[in-house]
Amino acid sequence: MNPQEVRTNVVDIIADIALDEDTSNLKGDVSLRDQLDLDSMDFLDIVMELKKRHKIEVPQEDFPKLATLDSCVEYLTPKFIH
Amino acid sequence: MAEKYDCLIIGAGMSGLAAGIRLGMYGKKVCILEKHTIPGGLNSYYKRKSHLLDVGLHALTNFAPKGTRSGPLPKIFRQLRIPYDTFKLSPQVKSKIVFPEHELTFTNNIDDLISEVHQNFPHETDGFLKLIEKIKSHNALSLSDSYLSAKEVVGEYIKDSILKEMIFTPPLIYGSAWENDMDFSQFVIMFESLYLEGLSRPFGGVRTILSSLEEKIKKLGIEIRYRSGVKRIITQDNKAVGVELLNGEILKTDKILSSAGLPETMNMVKEETPTYLTGGLSFTESILILKDRPKTFGADSTLIFYNNDKIYKYQKPKTLVDFDSAVVCFPNNFEKDDLNEGVVRITNIANFKKWDDLDRKSYLIEKEKVYQNSLKLIKKLYPGFNHEVIYKDVFTPKTVKRFTGHLGGAVYGSPEKKKDGTTAFKDLYICGTDQGFLGIVGSMLSGISMANLHVLMGNK
Ligand SMILES: Cc1cc2nc3c(=O)[nH]c(=O)nc-3n(C[C@H](O)[C@H](O)[C@H](O)COP(=O)(O)OP(=O)(O)OC[C@H]3O[C@@H](n4cnc5c(N)ncnc54)[C@H](O)[C@@H]3O)c2cc1C
Repeated sequence: MNPQEVRTNVVDIIADIALDEDTSNLKGDVSLRDQLDLDSMDFLDIVMELKKRHKIEVPQEDFPKLATLDSCVEYLTPKFIH
Repeated sequence: MAEKYDCLIIGAGMSGLAAGIRLGMYGKKVCILEKHTIPGGLNSYYKRKSHLLDVGLHALTNFAPKGTRSGPLPKIFRQLRIPYDTFKLSPQVKSKIVFPEHELTFTNNIDDLISEVHQNFPHETDGFLKLIEKIKSHNALSLSDSYLSAKEVVGEYIKDSILKEMIFTPPLIYGSAWENDMDFSQFVIMFESLYLEGLSRPFGGVRTILSSLEEKIKKLGIEIRYRSGVKRIITQDNKAVGVELLNGEILKTDKILSSAGLPETMNMVKEETPTYLTGGLSFTESILILKDRPKTFGADSTLIFYNNDKIYKYQKPKTLVDFDSAVVCFPNNFEKDDLNEGVVRITNIANFKKWDDLDRKSYLIEKEKVYQNSLKLIKKLYPGFNHEVIYKDVFTPKTVKRFTGHLGGAVYGSPEKKKDGTTAFKDLYICGTDQGFLGIVGSMLSGISMANLHVLMGNK
């Protein structure tokens, strides 16, 4: 999966969590916490959805790597192997 | 051998339903076990003579306008994947705290209360503003705080004892399991949820909330069993391993989340357990269906917190009912009126034991007295009220106990809370009322938090 596809997958997850938000114009380099007020409960959900949909495990110590969309893509691309 | 669950949830009240949805979303094998035939617990509904009646909903606290991202209500919507518009929230018009010589009006805009305080108690304006700052900076959702007297903390900011009593009236009656005072963190939660965020009503009342949760449960294929009271929690080596239902059936599980209350849950464990206090605060409520809407006799407020004294006695009365104070709710008086008829609900603090001791005949007589007193109070507040009641019902502390299983009919549960949800037994957790987050929004948040913490994260 290329980085663009990974980005689409992550945005899909965020869109399902933040149902009432417009996620089509998310900035890649601004923290998701600041853009959408995502909190620790929401990050837990991103991690749970990654596991449920893509069988990707994110250990607790790596949660900070999910801070922005860019950092998500960088961190997750090697994990999306197929 | 019986199949084994990842988690069993005791109770299909707000907290149990919310917890069930969280676990079902992430593929856990769960079953929600409910003693009754319908969901809701303390926040349920019934139908009498074609009138649809709600039990535990005056108003939804923690109002957040569409687009708000932080705060408990948006958090619940996100965590349960419920779109904001599902509840069709209608904000309150205004509510009043009425004492013998003073009245304070509050709305969903805190500036209104600030200016009311300024007009009625000019010397306290500064202290009140500082109190609001203190409240905003306090982390009330910490799961580890120990008890701190809210009256003591607030006393540092507010000197006038009447103003202090007035400010405390709604937070106490809407969310304290303690008499006359409450834990400061709980006060902060209630202050924010009532005064800073405010009140609203879902279109259609309790049913709208419950049916959106039930729909989720159905969609996710979560098992929910009604008429399935839990008789016993089975433990082995200090660890919960299953339950026995009233019909004798045994279910095995890895974990249990119980919303039945702390002492109630411990009573289900046959081994020796710590003992916890039963809550002392229960209520009667008169529900009146009127020929006309409350506006026709001058009632234009959403809620009235009435107190006939300088001091607000939030305590178990020595008599059946304390008629010196009451909450009067006019469900028609939200911005949009979604009801087919005029409704008034009057809540009084009551003594469970006194009600429980009455024989059948006296019980009915006393219920009638509660109703007559409710009429008197409306007449006192609104002399134009003309008594045209087309249907009435009164529920008592006994009703609360019968329908929710809460010992002593304690609406806010035990004064001993388990903020982190843990119990003396491994894999047995408390959610809802006795975890410590109260009210409709609070109990849903409690179910979500405990499911996340102990089942979803605990499994990693
Ligand atoms: C008159 C009244 C007015 C209220 N007004 C408001 C309001 O305006 N705003 C607000 O936010 N909140 C209000 N509340 C409070 C609110 O309804 C409760 O705080 C909330 O519903 C508590 O939910 P819960 O899940 O913690 O507990 P509960 O609703 O008590 O749920 C527990 C469930 O467990 C079930 N159960 C118990 N024992 C067993 C067993 N052994 N086996 C199987 N099932 C069992 C019970 O039947 C019940 O369904 C009001 C409550 C009352 C009574």
